[in-house]
Amino acid sequence: MSAEPASGTAPAVEITGLTHRFGDQVAVDSLDLTVSPGECFGLLGPNGAGKTTTLRVLNTLYPPQSGTVRVFGLNVRADAMSVRRMLGYVPQQLSIEGALSGRENVSWFARLFDVPRRERAGRVAEVLEIVDLTDAADRLASTYSGGMVRRLELAQALVNRPALLVLDEPTVGLDPVARDSVWARVQEMQERYGMTVLLTTHYMEEADVLCDRVALMHLGQLRAVGSPAELKAELGPEASLEDVFRHHTGESLAASEKGGLRDVRGTRRTAQRMG
Amino acid sequence: MSVAPAAQRSVWVESKPRAALRLFSRIGTFCLVELQKLRHDRTELITRAIQPILWLVIFGQTFSRIRAIPTGNVPYLDYLAPGIIAQSALFVAIFYGIQIIWERDAGILTKLLVTPSPRSALVTGKAFAAGVRTISQAIVVLIVAALLGVSLTWNPLKLLAMLVVVVLGAAFFSCLSMTIAGLVLRRDRLMGIGQAITMPLFFASNALYPVALMPAWLRAISHANPLTYEVSALRGLLIGLPTNYFLDFAVLVVAAFAGICAASALLGRLAR
Repeated sequence: MSAEPASGTAPAVEITGLTHRFGDQVAVDSLDLTVSPGECFGLLGPNGAGKTTTLRVLNTLYPPQSGTVRVFGLNVRADAMSVRRMLGYVPQQLSIEGALSGRENVSWFARLFDVPRRERAGRVAEVLEIVDLTDAADRLASTYSGGMVRRLELAQALVNRPALLVLDEPTVGLDPVARDSVWARVQEMQERYGMTVLLTTHYMEEADVLCDRVALMHLGQLRAVGSPAELKAELGPEASLEDVFRHHTGESLAASEKGGLRDVRGTRRTAQRMG
Repeated sequence: MSVAPAAQRSVWVESKPRAALRLFSRIGTFCLVELQKLRHDRTELITRAIQPILWLVIFGQTFSRIRAIPTGNVPYLDYLAPGIIAQSALFVAIFYGIQIIWERDAGILTKLLVTPSPRSALVTGKAFAAGVRTISQAIVVLIVAALLGVSLTWNPLKLLAMLVVVVLGAAFFSCLSMTIAGLVLRRDRLMGIGQAITMPLFFASNALYPVALMPAWLRAISHANPLTYEVSALRGLLIGLPTNYFLDFAVLVVAAFAGICAASALLGRLAR
């Protein structure tokens, strides 16, 4: 079920005519996309489809080269600081400070997001509890398993109570149990705070279950957008989301290894950190 | 999946501190994180103390005995101790850029760059965090020097001023390191450059011997080297040698400010 934006409320994300190049390579090509408030929206596509680049323009890391990107009506170029205050971001790569405890990692980001001092300890404890890390909170994060690290990152991304949670392949490299656990937290948080979730994933079955709507990207372009049920119905009664993916990209997930060095480097780093 | 009604945006946008307050808040945050890391792993404090102890105990005591370096009526070990404080602070700070490359490789820098913190605030925070680390270093050297019989001041105001000098020096050298990190982008290259410039910075300063003893060309370099002003200020404060405090502090403040500007301008290169 997708939540319709209330009248007079700006879309959570509004991307118009976004094109982004790295040298001669076009990573994102004339992308138009709208995400409604309260929605869980999945950005799907093979490596090199332009998903991560889109998220990085959205989260103000890359300035938009052409086109406009708005988050709750605010332009990411002109109002970057205000946009950042509304975002929680979990990058593809597992990234925490291993020399600090879990609680210190979250508290660090609470300070960087200017969470008021009187609320800080309570908020940090609250998000650690949501991600089920209360018992391990005072251990050094370097002792955490891959799944725990990911959940700690979710806690970091949530401590400012973001209106928009941006997750870039949050379950890559995790075992099935850890993956389920991460998704269960995401769902729980969405229900608890009513936030909008924008995620990318390679796992079609997960997108099918979790996302209100999905967009299929291929070679920087938007190929299809709609609810998983709509997209599947277009292909026939027995179609899966993976069939939809093949139909629009003309290839299977396994064969789509078009990711550039950037992807390879990120994946390698993640693999190294996962052991 | 059930979806709760979207919250009003005004609920989420909370405190928005003014730029100056935010800058101080970020400095405080990064200093705190540095202290927390030090609390969890104190071995670095000990291992990093070894080199300055060797300089004071072996180099200092030997050169005191042979009286090769004329330092007036000040014992050479006393003359050397402030120089070694500055040197050990330099060694800590000059490799600080490695931390930022590590944070880039670990993905942490990406997350820091999308917090509501201007790049200059992140760099200033890191620069002062390097200062926190060098303060711990300076205190260790101070204690060792006192144990070796160096007659240092115990005036708390002067010791406080010493810490300010050490922090300003660390801010400059850590920003120099972060600037180089932003240029070379790789840890191994930064290690090489760090090692290549540390000793020249150290020798082309008054840390080991008076500037008056240097050949003219080296004297010119030492006058352009912020380490010289750091050592002069430390000598004035700790062992009472005459110095121009206004010039020393002015050079250190301007150098730290310039370093923060340069490192902030290049920080974005590390995010790509």
